[in-house]
Order: sequence, then structure tokens, then C-alpha cells
Amino acid sequence: MTPPILAGLVGAALVGFGLYGLICDPHPLRKLLAFNLVGSGVFLVFGIVARRGAAAGFAFDPVPQAMVITGIVVAFAASALAVALILRLAAASGKVTLDPRAWTKRDDGGAR
Amino acid sequence: MSALIDLFSVAAIGAGLFFFFAGTVGLLRFPDSLTRLHALSKADNLGLGLVVLGLIPRAENPLAALKLLVVWALVLLSGASTAQLIGRALRRGRK
Amino acid sequence: MSVLPALDVGLALLVVGVAAWTIAARNLFASVVGYVAYGLLLALVWVRLYAPDVALTEAAVGGGVTGVLLVTAGKRLDALASAEVGVPPGRALKILAGALAALVAGALAWVVLTLPSPAPSLAPAAAEAAAGPGAGLGNPITAVLISYRSFDTMLEKVVLILAVLGVWSVGADAAWGAAPAPLRKVRPDGAMILLAQFLAPVGLLIGVHIFWVGADAPGGAFQGGALLAAMGMVAMMARLAEPPRIDSRKLRLALVAGPAVFLIVGVAGLALADNLFAYPQNFAKPLILFIEAFMVLSIAVALPMLVCGPPNGSPK
Repeated sequence: MTPPILAGLVGAALVGFGLYGLICDPHPLRKLLAFNLVGSGVFLVFGIVARRGAAAGFAFDPVPQAMVITGIVVAFAASALAVALILRLAAASGKVTLDPRAWTKRDDGGAR
Repeated sequence: MSALIDLFSVAAIGAGLFFFFAGTVGLLRFPDSLTRLHALSKADNLGLGLVVLGLIPRAENPLAALKLLVVWALVLLSGASTAQLIGRALRRGRK
Repeated sequence: MSVLPALDVGLALLVVGVAAWTIAARNLFASVVGYVAYGLLLALVWVRLYAPDVALTEAAVGGGVTGVLLVTAGKRLDALASAEVGVPPGRALKILAGALAALVAGALAWVVLTLPSPAPSLAPAAAEAAAGPGAGLGNPITAVLISYRSFDTMLEKVVLILAVLGVWSVGADAAWGAAPAPLRKVRPDGAMILLAQFLAPVGLLIGVHIFWVGADAPGGAFQGGALLAAMGMVAMMARLAEPPRIDSRKLRLALVAGPAVFLIVGVAGLALADNLFAYPQNFAKPLILFIEAFMVLSIAVALPMLVCGPPNGSPK
């Protein structure tokens, strides 16, 4: 097994763990964290595509690598937006959850 | 001459690794946060310092050696201040 | 087994273990700390894949800045909402989710093991780009980002601005124009202030250095900008600097400078090098550094603003 294949398998495992956390963890910020795990797993799989595409005198294919770099920054921007939405939701509902049943109960009082 | 330098590198890096090992054992075995913090900062400061010392003769040029020293200095700075911050947070938590 | 494969296997196990711990940790703070460690370990994996540029970005953005974002978010969440968290799903749903996750991971692993050989590659085209319009760029990644796929990179900067706008517009209507809340509420410790006073100037220098060598060595606008952004955040955490008001003209100019300069130079390429986003020969390298300098500025301003969150308090 070569190092790129090993890293690809790690990426696959990360996607699995992240997906499980995304579904099962009730805390919205931890859901976001799990989603970031999925994202970095996908980047890693993409990264081994770059490593395997070594040609033209490079040890890697620079195109997927460059796209992973932009991808990491875009993933961060999306996370920041998600954090802002989660905080606003918590401020409006007084509860730390994404479960719609939890907010409709006190819809008459706190909701704006 | 080069054999002597190699010997120096091996000795310094080996000593550094020993400190990392001891620090890790301390981190895993010590009873409370403050003593674990103590073990960890020893490993960071002294262990990394010795590893850097062993690597300096092997650097390609003086600039690379300088970069190694800067890395060590930055780790010293951040390690010392975070240890302070964690220690103070612990003391606040105990009161 | 020689040393390097053993190192790879150990690193892989460590990354997967820390990722699992991040999901399984008891509370949010522990899992965020796990995530930061995970980001740094992942950077090492990237180094082993011959991707030092990605490693730098992952360590700075994926580990560091995202960690600050999540820790800050956790503190703010504690301050404003009850600790009431939704109930975890029942056993049946957990088993179902586990099965689904295992299925997806297994499918992905199967894809990884059966990738076509020889692998398709755009490396020759990128090499041409590095030697052609982006003449004199020793770092092929920078050549791809600024020359071969320049349109992507420009739009990615626009995405950053859109995200900043999105974060700002989530705030209360009455607060529009005011500054975001400071990153730390209490008076910071002396150790934190000392750290910021020493680290910020050195980090500033290293950030500019990483941007400058990015043309020929690992580094570039993203990594340098992210490092500068991190130094800004360290200063804000020590309360040596405060987040600026979001209606400040300087702030807004700095935010749009990167994509605006990129777009202007790109459209000018239509006239000077008879192609959109083409750079005139012999003048490409200084032009690329010029664009990158403004991109560094935009990234260094956008990332801390994203972490600071929506405007807070009353506009004056």
C-alpha cells in the first residue's frame, strides 16, 4: 500500500466519522464540526488524485492541489456563515438546537 | 570531522527525544492538570531545543539554521504563555 | 518495515483516532480542541503527499482560524442561550446513521482503491501555464491559482466577501454599521497580552515572507493572508486591537481590493494580451505579485471579520 492510497483511505474514514457525527450529534456547533470533518476527508481524497497525477516533472498534479487550497478557504467562509446563523437562532429561540419541535412549543412567547 | 558532527547530532537529538518521551509519560501518568502541564512544557522547551541543536549542524545554509532557531523561539514563547494561561484558568476554577 | 511507511501508518491511525475522538468527546470545548489538533495532524499528512502549500493552508485556516471561530462561537452561545440542547437520537437512528456512514466510507474507500491507472493529469497544462503567461513562477500552485485557473481564484475571493456580507446581515437591524462584539469579554491575562505583543510583529513578518516567496517556493497569497489574519485575531484576543465598525470605508475598501484589482487586471488583459485574464508577456510576474498583494490584504481582513461575527451594539 502506497502512502497516497493510505491517505485516501484515511479520507474515506474521515467522511464516515463526520457523516455519523453530523446526523447523531444534537449540538448544532458540533454538527458543523462534523461537517468540517467530512469536508477535509473529501479534500484528502482529492489530494491523492493530485499525488497520483504526477506528471510533467512534478511530484503532484498542481491543479487539484490549488483547488483544495481555495476549497479550504471557502469551507471556512461557509462555516463562519453557519456559526452566525446558529448564534442568531439561539438568540431568537433561547435554545441550542436545530430541532424544530423545540422552538414551536414556545412560539407564542419568544419568537420574533 | 563529519563523524564528530554526526555524533553530536545523534547525541543531541537522542537527548531531545528522551525529554519528549519523559514529557509524554508525565502527561499520561501525572495525577492533576498542573503537574501534567509541567511535564508538557519541559518536553516542549528542552526537548525541542535539543532536537533543534542537533539539527543545526545539518542545515543546508546559515539561513536554514536561523529558521530552526526561530521555530524554537516561537514554540518557547507560545508554550510558556499558554502554560501560564492554562495555569491561571485552573487556579480561577479552583477558587 | 522501514521508518517512513511506519510513520505514515502511525500518522494515519493518529488522524483517524483524533477525528473519532472529536466526534465522541463529551463537550463542545473538548471536541474543538480535538479538531485543532486534528487540523495540525492533517497538515502533516499533506506534507507527506508532497503538498506543502495545502499543508500551510490547512494548518492556518483548517486548524487555527476555524478553531478560534468555534471556541468563540461556543462562548457566545453559552452567554446567550440556556444550556438546553436537543435530545440525542435513539438507538435505532444511531445504528442506521452508523450503517449509512460505514456504507459511504466503504464506497469511498472502494473508489480510492480502484482509481484508474495511469491517473489522468492536468500537470502538463499547468506546467505550460507556469512557463507561459505566468512566466518565471517557480511554484506551479501559484501559477495555477493566478494564471491557469485565475477565474476560479477571483470568484473565490468574491465568495469570501459574500460570506462576510452574509455574517453581517444576520445581526440585528438596529446594529447595522456598528462594530462586531470583541473576541473576548473579560480583561485578558498579562500572559496573553505579552504573547500578542511578541507574536504579532514576528507573525506579521513571517506572513509577508510567506506571501513573497510564494512565487517560487511553497507559500502564497492564501497562506500569507491567513497568517496575517491570525495575527490580527491574536491582537484582538489580547484586546490590543478592537474589531472595526463595519461601515468603515477603509475596511470595506480593503475587503473588495483583492477581487477588484484582480478583475481590473483580468479585463485589462483583454486589451493588452488579447484574452480575458491573460497577462502580457515579460510583465507577468510583477503583475501577478501586484494582484496577490491585494489578495493578501483582502484575505487578512475578511477572515477576522468572519470570526468576529455580526455587528453588535448601537450605531453612532
